[in-house]
Amino acid sequence: MRMLINVPETVVADALRGIAASHPGLTVDVENRVVVRRDAPVAGKVALVSGGGSGHEPLHAGFVGPGMLSAACPGEVFTSPVPDQMVRAAAAVDSGEGVLFVVKNYTGDVLNFEMAAELAEEEGLRVEQVLVDDDVAVTDSLYTAGRRGTGATLFVEKIAGAAADEGAPLDRVAAIARRVNESSRSFGVALSSVTTPAKGSPTFDLPAGELELGIGIHGEPGRERRAMMTSGEIADFAVNAVLDDLRPSGPVLALVNGMGATPLLELYGFGGEVHRVLRERGVVVARTLVGNYVTSLDMAGCSVTLCQVDEELLRLWDAPVETPALRWGR
Amino acid sequence: MLDAGFFHRWMTAAAVLVDREAAHLTELDSAIGDADHGSNLQRGFAAVSAALAKEPPQTPGAVLALAGRQLISTVGGASGPLYGTLLRRTGKALGDAAAVSPADLARALGEGVAAVSQLGGAQAGDKTMLDALLPAVEALGTSFAAGRDAAAAGAEATVPLRARKGRASYLGERSVGHQDPGATSAALLIAALADTAETDGGAA
Repeated sequence: MRMLINVPETVVADALRGIAASHPGLTVDVENRVVVRRDAPVAGKVALVSGGGSGHEPLHAGFVGPGMLSAACPGEVFTSPVPDQMVRAAAAVDSGEGVLFVVKNYTGDVLNFEMAAELAEEEGLRVEQVLVDDDVAVTDSLYTAGRRGTGATLFVEKIAGAAADEGAPLDRVAAIARRVNESSRSFGVALSSVTTPAKGSPTFDLPAGELELGIGIHGEPGRERRAMMTSGEIADFAVNAVLDDLRPSGPVLALVNGMGATPLLELYGFGGEVHRVLRERGVVVARTLVGNYVTSLDMAGCSVTLCQVDEELLRLWDAPVETPALRWGR
Repeated sequence: MLDAGFFHRWMTAAAVLVDREAAHLTELDSAIGDADHGSNLQRGFAAVSAALAKEPPQTPGAVLALAGRQLISTVGGASGPLYGTLLRRTGKALGDAAAVSPADLARALGEGVAAVSQLGGAQAGDKTMLDALLPAVEALGTSFAAGRDAAAAGAEATVPLRARKGRASYLGERSVGHQDPGATSAALLIAALADTAETDGGAA
């Protein structure tokens, strides 16, 4: 396997050094693995801290900046960060108005953020948490660790970040973040396995001519394997899976997300098919985002996330944002 | 009686065993997880060894508490908090005695395992580290060797189970037929304990 790396042990630190060199708006603590917007703490504003395993770039460090996250804690590849990182990040960005932790629903992320919240509160910080769990491929939440957090993370971080930017208090920012999560659903498809730097060979074996339906973002295999489908057939499957669960009664935000190794030519083609299915189902799309936002290293494939929005959520979505990976309106 | 030195040697033996088996753990994890269990634990136990060598604690409880804190601070994922809690709570249950009996250790480990169950919300049969730890705690009442055998058997018995906790749970039925990496590493920890006792001259 050929990778653009030095050695597997330093991929995260090397990437952080690159982020620091490329984005003067961010302060990067490479040693402690905390990425903070340079102007933090912002007086009078609630701070947003997110984090999770590395390998999902631009999530999360790519979403740090005005209008979105105050700080991000990147863990090892596909591994939750540790409480020390989260506490350090929270302390660096808290202006006294409190901190919202955005947590994706994986056992490791949940446990480490819970420990971090306890430690931060012992240090006198006010902390709220929002759990992102949007993945409809996890059908029997009673017998699993619950739905995974995937693409909706971007919607939660953008919209709650805008609310914080407007000066909303902590409980309000947390409530909006939870509302975005409850209004969002995702479904993902893999056309190839990931290869993690540490392992150096594909995590799962996917024969030519087949695809995995209902994958997560960590190279774990999906729920089902089928013969390869066309872009239109995949859109039918994924969008219907999302809609059958979400049952939106109003306009939606659509995230057509690449998993890392699928070119934009294919993603836009797929995005067109997603719009077709939504049209056929009578769903109005308010805004669409197409690109690699919540990725899984070198996995080929895509995911669809829909979020039903009202006027307030749409206004917050349109609010200015200035981060390495998401930027508009300023 | 088991003193701080014994617990220090146990943790060092665990680090050596995890280091040796890291590739195997990662291989097991790639079947039903995300292929990082070996490298994560390797990093964690290396930090444990370094911390213990730097400032060796004076009691069994303090050795385990320090080891647990290191795992929480360095491993990440679910394994960090779960293994960290296991060792910290076991250490706490041992109190500040300068030496403890094998029976004290078995009881304390039982409290640590209960804390892991509470933290992760898992039970026996969920295809997690508990499937090795629960039988091990039972058997440690008899002997260290019995604990090692029970943990290994518990890990092997996870093969036909369907995962209900952790990342493997997302695979549903597809998690069946694979040995759980967490139960496997838990069995290594117990094996390191038995190895240490035997090296010390059959302290069981």
